[in-house]
Amino acid sequence: MTETAQLAIPVTQTPARRHLIGISDLDAAGIERLLGTAGTIARSLDREVKKLPALRGRLVLNLFYESSTRTLSSFDLAAKRLSADTMALRSSGSSVDKGESLKDTALTLAEYDPDVIVIRHPHIGAPQLVAEVTRAHVVNAGDGKHQHPTQALLDLYTMREALGRLEGLHVAIVGDVLHSRVARSLVEALTLVGARTTLVGPPTLIPRGIEDMGCGVSTEIGAIGAADVVYVLRMQRERMLPGAAYVPSLREYAAEWGITGARLRPGQLVMHPGPMNRGVEIDPRVADSGVSLITEQVRSGLVVRMAVLYDLLAGDLGPALEVA
Amino acid sequence: MSLFWPGGAGDSLTIRGARVIDATSGLDGPFDVTIEDGVIASVAPAAAAAGGLVLAPAFVDPHVHLRVPGREDEETIASGTAAAAAGGYCAILAMPNTDPVVDSAAVLGALIEQAREDAAIPTGFMASISKGLRGEELTEMAELARVGAAGFTDDGHPVTSAGLMQRALQYSAVTGCLLALHEEEPTLSRDGQMHDGPVSAELGLAGWPSVAESVMIGRDCALAAYERRPLHIMHLSARESVTAVRDAQARGIAVSAEVSPHHLCLTDDAVRTLDTNRKMNPPLRSGDDRQALLDGLRDGTIACIATDHAPHARHEKDVPFEEAPFGVTGLETAFAALYTFLVEPGELELGLVLERLSAGPARIFGLPVPRVEVGERANLVLLDLDATWRVSEEGFRSKSVNSWLLGETLRGSVVKTIADGRVVHAA
Repeated sequence: MTETAQLAIPVTQTPARRHLIGISDLDAAGIERLLGTAGTIARSLDREVKKLPALRGRLVLNLFYESSTRTLSSFDLAAKRLSADTMALRSSGSSVDKGESLKDTALTLAEYDPDVIVIRHPHIGAPQLVAEVTRAHVVNAGDGKHQHPTQALLDLYTMREALGRLEGLHVAIVGDVLHSRVARSLVEALTLVGARTTLVGPPTLIPRGIEDMGCGVSTEIGAIGAADVVYVLRMQRERMLPGAAYVPSLREYAAEWGITGARLRPGQLVMHPGPMNRGVEIDPRVADSGVSLITEQVRSGLVVRMAVLYDLLAGDLGPALEVA
Repeated sequence: MSLFWPGGAGDSLTIRGARVIDATSGLDGPFDVTIEDGVIASVAPAAAAAGGLVLAPAFVDPHVHLRVPGREDEETIASGTAAAAAGGYCAILAMPNTDPVVDSAAVLGALIEQAREDAAIPTGFMASISKGLRGEELTEMAELARVGAAGFTDDGHPVTSAGLMQRALQYSAVTGCLLALHEEEPTLSRDGQMHDGPVSAELGLAGWPSVAESVMIGRDCALAAYERRPLHIMHLSARESVTAVRDAQARGIAVSAEVSPHHLCLTDDAVRTLDTNRKMNPPLRSGDDRQALLDGLRDGTIACIATDHAPHARHEKDVPFEEAPFGVTGLETAFAALYTFLVEPGELELGLVLERLSAGPARIFGLPVPRVEVGERANLVLLDLDATWRVSEEGFRSKSVNSWLLGETLRGSVVKTIADGRVVHAA
């Protein structure tokens, strides 16, 4: 094996501008800095006037090629709370409907000189492509089954608020890991901050070789017993190919891997990135109970996305965030 | 004869003192080689010339996509064969997955006529096994062979039906032509985007598992044994596939195999950049698979290196990874890539690489075996092993630039190519 010959072919590209395309754009210190900024912002939101002037005159463009409720609304509000101008473009009702390529759409929008482009796209690599053809900072709001870094960051923020620490935590991620960008980002982020993860789900929905990311893998629902946090993934029915039956039925999935009160031990907390299929991956009574952090996750989403936008532009802005 | 080009009177020239390497003729040393009217007139021991010049039998590529008819914006016979000449090739075979498909004597005949006008080197055409590549009915193989088909393949698609595969093996006996197979069990490869393994798990790309290739090779070797017919397996990518071919050969089944430079040089790790010029079918596989391919090439299980040169329009590759078509170009970089990444680091012997690029494929497909021998038509490539060059979009003769080597600096260049007695490329 000649590593030297292999190394001649670059496997990583270092972008000149800062982006948040995957968790690999961050290190432990970067995550710490973002969570700290989010905490500062959260305290400012207790005030009556919730708007900060930090990004006045900046343009944040939300480019969404997939349906989204919480991510789009959260990025939009995050930008507004920082006094940035925002524009949202969705694939339906735009030139994408007319067959325009992503590259051409990005080149067109780049003419407005956006400071940040937030993109959600059904395919991996879309955020890189936008980063290559525009001068904006690019934030990945979900690309295919690849990454959803701000979701992972808001989850870390939520866990730390609830449990006071991240290092040494054990998080079980349960369900359709195969189709989950949330799971991939979360495993990477938790590993970076010194937490442990175990993936639990049907063997058909755990991708081969995923343990190389440094997580444990189990097909037994009992494996959640050792975890501090049980993170429940959505059964993404819309991602299942016709005829490719990953599980025999949702009924069987719920019976074998659904999170119910009986399967949790006292003290365990439950999270879910939403939207939920109540009664499939999670018992509605668990979702609405005191052990659920689901509403906290939504609140964290806003402050963490504010922190990300602020942090990406902070280098251009100079002074540190001031919250009176 | 299944190779076509304008041809013409042979050239006369002498190449002095280059190191001649030809496994077929058993030569390795400095010689003066004189060519008169396209025929090798003398091969005389000489003092070694300065520098890293090597003279070898020119290369033969049995797996090229010329994209005609239908996608003349991506490649033409003229541009594709010019690229081949620049890469050191004296003969290539074009794949039939065009629009329309090369599945009738009319389409094949038109291509042959065009090659007689436009081809820069002798060019042959494969016809499809099934009409329209649909995998349902056999093409009129006897007529196609008579018109000049170099062989049959549904490349780009597997022959999914075992029943049709058996009929194809039986019926191809009347043609004397070889069947070349793209091996992929579609219910296993599904919508796979890359090798199924830790990298695909991490990236969240749908996996195209090794076993989807090897189960089909197992099936087709069993059918070939049952029908006592030869088979050629295209672009091997996985360890299990090499094992399946080796086992079949050990049982006396006449199965040959090819491998591409990109599968020999790269692993699935290269896909992490999401560069769509690292997306090919079959996909780049693990380091262990790559080692097995190298072993198979060394021990002769794989007798042929074929580029699977697959030009694609720029706008079709300038898209997110999952939307991009499979395939990369390779004719103009094959030798330099193999030399830079495999020969120089000591993984493969130069003589072996040269043999697998030339005599190996020629023998499999029944084409004239290029050799450095008095009385033979000159089919020679002069290489400069000391030359260093940078792969750039501007340098290609091919109409497409979807190379996995863009921006790389390579060692080893093609100085001169002589095909069928004529100098077809001179740097």
